[in-house]
Amino acid sequence: MADIKRIRVEMLARVEGEGALEVDIAGGTVQSVRLSIFEPPRLFEAFLRGRAATEVPDIAARICGICPVAYQMSASHAIETAFGMQPTPEIRALRRLLYCGEYIESHALHMVMLHAPDFLGFEDGIAMAAVHGDLVKRALAAKKAGNRLMTVVGGREIHPINVRLGGFYRVPSRAELTALQPDLARARDDAVAILRWAVGFDFPDVERDWELVALRHPTEYPLNEGRIASTSGIDIAFDEFETVFEERHIAHSNALHAVVRERGGYLTGPLARYALNFDRLPAHIQALAREAGLGPVCRNPYRSILVRAIETVYVCEEAMRLIAAYTPPKEAAVKLTPRAGTGAWATEAPRGLLWHRYELDEDGTVRTARIVPPTAQNQPAMEADLLDVASRHVDYPDAALQLACEAAVRNHDPCISCATHFLKLTVNRE
Amino acid sequence: MARPRLAVVKFASCDGCQLSLLDCEDELLAVAGAVEIANFPEASRAMQPGPYDVTLVEGSITTEHDAARLRALRDETLILVSIGACATSGGIQALRNFADVGEMVRAVYARPDFINTLATSTPVAAHVKVDYELRGCPIDKGQLLELVSALLAGRRPGLPSHSVCVECKLAGQVCVMVAHGTPCLGPVTHAGCGSLCPGYHRGCYGCFGPAETTNTTSLAAQWQALGASQRDIHRAFRTFNAASEPFRKEADAHG
Repeated sequence: MADIKRIRVEMLARVEGEGALEVDIAGGTVQSVRLSIFEPPRLFEAFLRGRAATEVPDIAARICGICPVAYQMSASHAIETAFGMQPTPEIRALRRLLYCGEYIESHALHMVMLHAPDFLGFEDGIAMAAVHGDLVKRALAAKKAGNRLMTVVGGREIHPINVRLGGFYRVPSRAELTALQPDLARARDDAVAILRWAVGFDFPDVERDWELVALRHPTEYPLNEGRIASTSGIDIAFDEFETVFEERHIAHSNALHAVVRERGGYLTGPLARYALNFDRLPAHIQALAREAGLGPVCRNPYRSILVRAIETVYVCEEAMRLIAAYTPPKEAAVKLTPRAGTGAWATEAPRGLLWHRYELDEDGTVRTARIVPPTAQNQPAMEADLLDVASRHVDYPDAALQLACEAAVRNHDPCISCATHFLKLTVNRE
Repeated sequence: MARPRLAVVKFASCDGCQLSLLDCEDELLAVAGAVEIANFPEASRAMQPGPYDVTLVEGSITTEHDAARLRALRDETLILVSIGACATSGGIQALRNFADVGEMVRAVYARPDFINTLATSTPVAAHVKVDYELRGCPIDKGQLLELVSALLAGRRPGLPSHSVCVECKLAGQVCVMVAHGTPCLGPVTHAGCGSLCPGYHRGCYGCFGPAETTNTTSLAAQWQALGASQRDIHRAFRTFNAASEPFRKEADAHG
């Protein structure tokens, strides 16, 4: 019997939240991989029961400090649906604008501070700044522009205070928004620069055959609205989610794994959004994608950095368009009329589809809440990636194998806090 | 002189407070030059072992394992700072303290037997000595930079412990409670946010937790006069700092 070798690394870095990786190797072959999420369970769905519907956007936001707007948007739309209300076109536009800010902030952080160091051999974005200072500064400037947009529309960048059911507490003036335009224009150029820089990275040549799941909207690149669609023909309304997808509870994880009932694991996030909605991008952004070597579908998770750059260019331009067309809503929020009922909705968080369902009493008290975050949906796909990467590099030294496995997970920008925390890598070799 | 060694670690939380450090876009590279970022897993793979000069701790303690991790961390840290509502009060997770956690786990997870968690969510100070606290859900970037600058300069950070009400007056904002009859927790809530919510025409919802001295009973009476129900008052005090003593007691008085 060969020597048994075990390497234990305390935590996977440069992801939001904490989790553990385990790779079991025997006889030179990978036996199994596990991505364990054992964030101390935070029990939000239980906390939300008995709360007033009006409290839900503030409470649900606290699931994630990186994408609070996604939680606020999915929750607000779902509850408004249960109440039979619809936001006005002006409020709809302002919500889309707020969401653009979150995309810019989240994508800029991930592309340059979390993802790029894997391709260039740095431990972090700060060390990378010694060599690639210009790009790091541009990414931070873009991130700041996104945060500034969230601050003006949402009140603050982390856990915005200005979102409420039916709309906002106070709507920004035209002058407040117009003042953001120069920074957004620069952020757009920064995103193009990041794209052209990242094109030169050495991307492993892999293609994944996942089923890709994202929203699809009749006219827009989807953020807040659409139907749930997939590359295998899913085309459903939000309230049909549970008939097509199910969450399974796996022993090694405090997150629930989501699967398509008929087929198993799938992928949500930038690659899925892009593949299902390439035709919704303006022609010049499609051309930019082609220039970066991207087709209308990208199935290489390493290249997701390019797709995030394309999306960042898009949301900067979309934010500028929305600001140019901005008419302050007469009423900051649509009046609420609670009624008993159930409402489901999904929006596109930067890292993927975020589905919520609320069952409400006639006075608007939450009876039950269900939340399916993107990282829980992507967990089976991330594990499949890990298995492939570990198998291809089984003869790497442990440190190199660990880095390859970590990079495979970081490709997907997982938000482990959302799903639930604590990432270690254990390699068991027999 | 050797640069001070900084660690940023998390327990049960949303990552938002440590993100506040990465959100200091203009100052991040300067801060990274002034300190040695020795252990900050959200930002870097380079996780150096202790001892650390300063450790920023995000999150609340909800498992035995985390309690042990925190005690070990205290032993290797000179100055320990808890950042955010989870670390300073137990956070939103502390809603479990008022319920049957087993029932909550059964409501969320199909296999409760896979889940291992404590019945309570507790702040860092319930387990170890804390040198400084930054309040807020999330913390304020300006306060974070003030804290880091003060520690680098070897002075005490200037972190006012008065109420949001004082900040609101300093900002020259119209009182939403007096002028619009909007219930507001500003009079009893710890300063630090810059009185954001009143500036957006909504009442403060207490995400920085209780101010140093509070009269929650009097404020609750004013809320009732404005038409808030017992249930409204109970819930207002039972959110992101539910387990902090003044808020816990006032919520109980209206439960």
